[in-house]
Amino acid sequence: MKQIFQRPKYLKDAVFHYCPGCGHSIIHRLVAEVIEELDIAEKTIGVPPAGCAVLAYDYFDLDMCEAPHGRGAAVATGVKRALPDRIVFSYQGDGDIAAIGTAETIHAANRGENITIIFVNNSCYGMTGGQMAPTTILGQNSSTTPGGRDSLRDGTPIDLSEMLAITKGSVYIERTSVNSPKNIRKTKKAIKKAFKIQMAGLGFSLIEVLSPCPTNWKLSPVDACKWIDETIVKTYPMKVIKDEAGNID
Amino acid sequence: MKKTVFAGFGGQGVLMMGYVFAVAAMRDGYEVTYLPSYGAEVRGGTANCTVAVSDEEIFSPVASSPDYGVIMNNPSLSKFESAINEKGIVILNTSLVDSDITRTDITAVKLPANKIAKEEFGNERSVNMIMLGAFVTKTQVTSLESIMGALEEISKGKKAAMMKLNRKSLDIGAEYVLKGAS
Amino acid sequence: MSEKQLMRGSQVIAEAAIRAGCRFYAGYPITPQNEMTEYMANAMAELSDGTFIQAESEIAAINMVLGASTAGVRSMTSSSSPGLSLKQEGISFLAASELPAVIVNTMRGGPGLGNIAPSQGDYFQATRGGGHGDYRSIVLAPASGQEQADLTRKAFEYADKYRTPVLILVDGMMGQMMEPVIFPDPIDALDLPPKPWILDGAKGRPSRIIKSLILNTREMEDHNWKLARKYENIAREITTAESYLTEDANMVVIAYGTAARIAKGAIKRVREMGLKVGLFRPITLYPFPSKELLEMSRVVKHFLVFEMNTGQMIEDVRLSLEGRSTIHFYGRPGGIISTPDEISKEISSIYYRQHLEEE
Repeated sequence: MKQIFQRPKYLKDAVFHYCPGCGHSIIHRLVAEVIEELDIAEKTIGVPPAGCAVLAYDYFDLDMCEAPHGRGAAVATGVKRALPDRIVFSYQGDGDIAAIGTAETIHAANRGENITIIFVNNSCYGMTGGQMAPTTILGQNSSTTPGGRDSLRDGTPIDLSEMLAITKGSVYIERTSVNSPKNIRKTKKAIKKAFKIQMAGLGFSLIEVLSPCPTNWKLSPVDACKWIDETIVKTYPMKVIKDEAGNID
Repeated sequence: MKKTVFAGFGGQGVLMMGYVFAVAAMRDGYEVTYLPSYGAEVRGGTANCTVAVSDEEIFSPVASSPDYGVIMNNPSLSKFESAINEKGIVILNTSLVDSDITRTDITAVKLPANKIAKEEFGNERSVNMIMLGAFVTKTQVTSLESIMGALEEISKGKKAAMMKLNRKSLDIGAEYVLKGAS
Repeated sequence: MSEKQLMRGSQVIAEAAIRAGCRFYAGYPITPQNEMTEYMANAMAELSDGTFIQAESEIAAINMVLGASTAGVRSMTSSSSPGLSLKQEGISFLAASELPAVIVNTMRGGPGLGNIAPSQGDYFQATRGGGHGDYRSIVLAPASGQEQADLTRKAFEYADKYRTPVLILVDGMMGQMMEPVIFPDPIDALDLPPKPWILDGAKGRPSRIIKSLILNTREMEDHNWKLARKYENIAREITTAESYLTEDANMVVIAYGTAARIAKGAIKRVREMGLKVGLFRPITLYPFPSKELLEMSRVVKHFLVFEMNTGQMIEDVRLSLEGRSTIHFYGRPGGIISTPDEISKEISSIYYRQHLEEE
């Protein structure tokens, strides 16, 4: 019998700790597949965040260096500058990258650091129990926004990717999702392009992935995927936000 | 041990004077420390530095009572006159210091360094070297030759014409002191 | 070795770092240590394998150092007191992840924004770990230009050897003062012993993880004890102090860095008056030279702790002496630099009050 589906080479033989319906497992898989397809595992260093993906090093079979909360872009900068011929990516959640790590992220982009960031946006603080994130959409319930996020009280959702696109150092920024097979394929393509941009030495690339969080959204996995399509995309539309690389194949 | 304070305002080459002097004394074989004023004080316009020269290990680089003062403007005189050690020496740039010293237990050497520089060179760039020449000749902590050596070392690659100008300025300051003494 | 040259303390540390094979520096402007950052910018630009980054914050700078350290490069950052507060997160992570790094603190008056004058107010922060969690950093306190050069070389050696952050603790005066310095010969970064733990891509070997998250409490406890044992080794192997005129002394001043220099001047004066006073100068503040002090307390019954703060190192002195001697304190916080005369008056006042001249 022909085997048509298997664990990617650079994911360890470990059971994901992620909740049912969580997007992280899919995104991990996509990153591992891309690294395998580009044959760059032996020169790749990953920087996982603090947050739900804090244990990413238990899954990726790659050299991995933990960063303090929000500092992924700074740590990745240090690694990349010390080893310019290696491939360096950070993997960060929305609280990590768009709240506590905003400064590090914007300045890494603005310097045009030749790194790749996988930015997983689930519009809440997942690991700490569903508090409001900078990306929580207006009206969305969270454990710290009784009655839903209110712009007067809680501010409005931050457009980090758009902000990063304004910086002159960023090359490629795309927002995708993993809420459907079609979007998963698109996300993989985007991640692959981001790594290729780094391999070509072109500069800063970031893929924002809208990711379902059924646990904290208090929805079934299926409804969570639907909610992205029906609601989240109104605030965070899936699109190429910036592409200065064009077709780099 | 001899401690000297060089004081004036930014742009007069006060810190440079102290630095050249410190390097010269170091090459003479002395222990030296050089401590500049820094930060907001420098931005505020005044500049000073303290150079300690000694045969032995120098403990505090701060001069609470300096033996010598090279004073380049009025505020510096009012700041440091009372601090100078008794029997100390101050070199006053009378082009910019118009008040006289009030103390009788210290010696003052007065020279209008800006005026001299203008007359001699047509500009005031070498005022600090004229003052340094006078200071070194009066105090004999180091020699003009050592100062020249230090200048050569510090301004590596600078033109010979510049060195000539420095030498001339130092000599003018020195002569002024020698003339005054005779 | 280099020719003797007159150099500013901040630049001495920078040059010594380059000569120690430091090839990565990230920093953020803050007075009174900008000359160090500027020197590193220029020095790294001249090296084919050197990296300088002016970071967007102290936090970013220390985390860039963390990243470069995982790649095995000798890495450094520097700042002054308020900046060190911001770096503490990264220092805790470095200690926990057992990563080498050198961090220079040119202390200024505080707390808060304080001022830019020389101070020793960060002793607690430096010697107690400073950040969160159960760890310590090695803390070196040079007191001269030459010692800044020598201890910077040592700082990188210790950081690599023990895989731990090393702090060089100086103050605005040590940083701004110029003194003659002779540098040790430069180390070729390529000649340094290989680090078998670095992250450079898992080529021909299993992948590696550098992390500080240890959710399993037993494993975390083991890790804490491992670090504690490491600190015990460090204490056995590197504790250093200078004793000056202590052999016949019946009173000893304890001071470090700038304060020690001033105290030495004071001791010279009171010696001329016939007072038998010496100086004990810790060179490693962590590990603190407790044994040496305890040994001294067999004969010396009066110690005067002199610090440019309101009393911090005195706690380590108390712990070291275990109540065996009387401890006096004299402190000048806020950026005040005492004169040797002031300290000699303090010394003689205690000396005569305690009738030590009769001993």
